[in-house]
Formats: sequence, C-alpha cells, structure tokens
Amino acid sequence: MSEPFSKSEMMIVAAARELAGQHVCFVGVGLPNIAVNLAKRTVAPDLELVYEAGVFGARPARLPLSIGDPTIVTGATAVVSMFELFAFYLQRGLIDVGFLGAAQIDRFGNLNSTVIGDYAAPKTRLPGSGGACEIAINARNVFVIMRQSTRSFVERIDFRTSPGNLGGAEQAEAIRRAGGWNGRGPSVVVTDLGIWHFDEAGEMRLDFLHPGATLDEVRATIAWEPRISPSLATTPAPTAVELRLVREELDPEGVYTK
Amino acid sequence: MPGKVATMRDAVADLVRDGDTVAIEGFTHLIGFAAGHEIIRQRKRDLTLARMTPDLIYDQMIAGGVARKLIFSWLGNPGVGGLNAIRRRIEPAAVGDGTPLEIEEYSHFGMVARYTAGAANLPFMPLRSYFETDLPKANPLIRPIRSPYSDETVYAVPPLNPDVTIIHAQRADANGNTQIWGLLGCQKEAAFAADRAIVVVEELVDEAVIRADPNRTVIPGLIVDAVVVQPYGAHPSYVQGAYDRDNRFYLDWDPISRDEEKTQAWLREWVYDLDGRAAYVDKLGTERIASLRPGSAPSGSVDYGDYR
Repeated sequence: MSEPFSKSEMMIVAAARELAGQHVCFVGVGLPNIAVNLAKRTVAPDLELVYEAGVFGARPARLPLSIGDPTIVTGATAVVSMFELFAFYLQRGLIDVGFLGAAQIDRFGNLNSTVIGDYAAPKTRLPGSGGACEIAINARNVFVIMRQSTRSFVERIDFRTSPGNLGGAEQAEAIRRAGGWNGRGPSVVVTDLGIWHFDEAGEMRLDFLHPGATLDEVRATIAWEPRISPSLATTPAPTAVELRLVREELDPEGVYTK
Repeated sequence: MPGKVATMRDAVADLVRDGDTVAIEGFTHLIGFAAGHEIIRQRKRDLTLARMTPDLIYDQMIAGGVARKLIFSWLGNPGVGGLNAIRRRIEPAAVGDGTPLEIEEYSHFGMVARYTAGAANLPFMPLRSYFETDLPKANPLIRPIRSPYSDETVYAVPPLNPDVTIIHAQRADANGNTQIWGLLGCQKEAAFAADRAIVVVEELVDEAVIRADPNRTVIPGLIVDAVVVQPYGAHPSYVQGAYDRDNRFYLDWDPISRDEEKTQAWLREWVYDLDGRAAYVDKLGTERIASLRPGSAPSGSVDYGDYR
C-alpha cells in the first residue's frame, strides 16, 4: 500500500520519470523546476541542468525560487551570458529537452503563454514568451507540464507563442526541416490526470492515467474529444523515495505540491 | 570624490531625461531597484522602458507614472505571478478611460539579440526563432530575412540602443571599470548599446583590485558616465555572494499591486517619502538585511603570472 499523494505530486513525479535517459535539459520556472530537480536526484543523476538565466551544469542546493536564483550559480559548471546561452547552447542544438508550461494548449501541442483574448485588447495579459518560443523551436524534445482544465486544453489557442505540431505531424515535420529547426516538437504532456504522448498524426494521445484519475475526468477537462491509447495503462504511483525527496528536500513548504 | 563617482540623485538628474529610452538590465540578479526608485522620485516622464523581464521594479515605475511604453520579453513576478500594475495599463477592462501603456514584445533571445546588435553597431541580428508563431504578427519589427548565402530564411530583430542603460554590480573603481560575478544576463550588451551608462555598485574599489582580476571585468569605464555607490541597491532582488533575494517582498508585492490605492500608498511610504537608498535600508532594518546574508563559498584564485 503506497502513501497518499496529491495530484500535483503525481504530476511532478511523472514528469521527472520522463527524463530518464536524457542528458541536457533546459529548465523552466515553476513545476518544471521541481520535476527536473527531482529527476536529477532519481532517474537521471547525470542530467545537465541548463537555466536560461545563463547557467550550464547547475547543482542547486535548494529548490530555486526563480530561474535566476543564486543557488543555480554556486557550484555550477559554467556561467555564461544570455546571448551565449541562447545562441551557443540552444540554437547550436545542444539541448535535449526543453520543459514548458503554458496557459493554453491545443491537440497538436501548440502553446499559448501570451494573452487570453485578442492580442491588442486582451482579456488577460499573460507573461509572454520569455525563452519559450525559441525553446519550442530549438530544443530537440519539448516536455509540457500543465494541469488539465477546459480553459487550458482548448480547441483553438488564442495566441501561438510556442509552435508544437502546428496543424499536424506531416506539415510540422516539413516546416521544421525546411527551416533548419533543431527541435522535433513536443514529445510528452504530463498533466495532473495522466501522461500524453503524440501519435503519428501529431495529436495528443493519452497513454497513462494517474492512479485515482478517471477517463470521465479526463474528458471533462479537455475541450476536444481526446484520443485514448488502446493499451492505456495506469501510471505507477509515486514511490516513498520520490515522495520524501519532493516533500522534504525539494518543496518542504509545499509551494508547488499543495 | 575622484573620477566618475556621483550620488544617485545627481546621476539620475543629469543622465536620465524625460522621453528617454531607459534600460535597467539584470536578469533576476542585480536588479537596479535603487535607480528605479530615484527615477520615480524625480518624476521622470514619458520614458520608454526596456528590460527583458520588467519584474517588480518596472511594475513600480509604471505605477509611478514614468513610462509611456514598455519593451520586454517576459512580464511576470518570477516565481509568484503577474505584474498587476502593468496589467492595469494593458488590459482594456482595467485601463478604462486611462492611457494604455504601449508595448513592444519579443522573446528572450530576441531581446538579447537586439541589445547585441545595438552594442555591435549592426542594422539587425538574425536568429532561428519566431517560426510559425504569432509574435511577428503582434510585433511587425520581427521580420523574416533570406540568407545571402543559402535559401534559408531566418528572423531578424532591429538593434536596441537605449539613451541610457543602468546596471547594478558588485564592484567598480572610480572610473567605472565594473566587475560582476554570478548571472551576467545581458548587462554587457545593454551597456555597450547605450549612449549613456550608469553603474551602481555595492562597493567602490581601488583600480588595483580591478587590475588584479581583469577577466572579471564586464564593463570598462570607457563607456560609463557615472558610478554610484549604493549598498543594498538591488534589494529586494539579490547580489551574488552579498545578499539573497528577499522573497517575502516578492510575495507581499502581489496583494499590494493588485490594488491601485495600496500601490500608491506603498510608493509614498517607500519611495517618495524617503530621500534615497540609505533611508530605505534604515527603514528595512538591520534584522531583515542580516537575514538575507548567504553563507560563504569563495572561488579559488588563479595566477595571472608576472611578465616583465
């Protein structure tokens, strides 16, 4: 019998596990930050953490409060200017995984973190791209981590900040090749309810349902009729070790996990 | 005082003019709060504020009415939420009959590339970004460009040349030779791109200290107009090795900034009613300041060699 855990904890643990076998990871703010730091302590000890603020090979001793926390500098392999980081590390093609979150995602993994509503007269002004636009284009793989709701998993995003599989895999592949992108597009979307990968058509497909989540919940929190894998499986529950790391080391105040 | 050393009041009065494009750079690290507060206090007007991450300082400056336009790439309170005073100048429901803030938006790489083009005196900087996004539609200054050497198309951004760039640093000598360690952001690019540069430092050091470690010099005095000595001038952001981010303030700012009256009351209490940074630090209190002091992690030293 495993310990009880929250939806956020399951999401963080599932995202961390997806990093097994990856080498160089560009870390984003918020949930990606804790997921990547968990992976480094579990499935991917050799993971090189890259922060857009200009750090390669970070060894944060505490969970960074922001992507520019001083703890990412002390003990790092290298501190570089942001021009070098974006030009030599990302645009040069050295980043295996870019982690992104967003306010809206569509079935093809295109992301909006800019505005809700019309750009010129927004209902809600969001933070905007930051590095998300070029991470989506130049990180070899993009991992998305977001909570499901019909407000965020939408038929049509209000603004395309970060390209995913555009209108489908075939079109996206041709455009990426012609444009010399390093990226192969989104490879996984980890939510509070399950784990989605992308099928041959470039559309999100639910492969794992988290323990306790139901398909009814999945359908009720997504604005399109989702594709469900015929071999849908249950995500293994967080282990005691994973939960201890999250609760005691990475997020002792429960900022991300409540 | 010798060289370019000036008070914050004089540096801002002499070098920041109404209508200027002003860049206060420093990516989460070394954010020039003391300089921003002085700009508010002197009631500068019609500024175009440029900064990758406007952060709390531009939220406060825009609430203080200094700006007509904002150039940026990520608009948030890092790790906390949104920038509420700025949103009130952008979202029509909140702007109402007021004057909306003009915005010009890029990605991080786009902003860094703009400063780099500006610093290198180039007409544009090409980058592999913006493909298949709505950003070039939102900002027509982001334009596709065909390579003169192949049939590839990439995107270009124009140079950004601020009238004045202000940066905060650990130390400089009286001539403005400036050393930074920790995150470097785009301070070097933004300073070289500017017509005028103000460097605000935690500590004024002898020229010999700078010359003993020339690899750490990020900005030469050659391009610096004024050096302001202002300990804790980056609070509530941090200075690597000197003090940590005061996260309590980043959290406190969210409810304050959600309410226009509370925002203005905060500006009165912490900016207008104080005559400068020393008074601000006094008001914060020694206990709060002491709590931000990190443990020690000195670098090893290197031997540059003595060649005669």
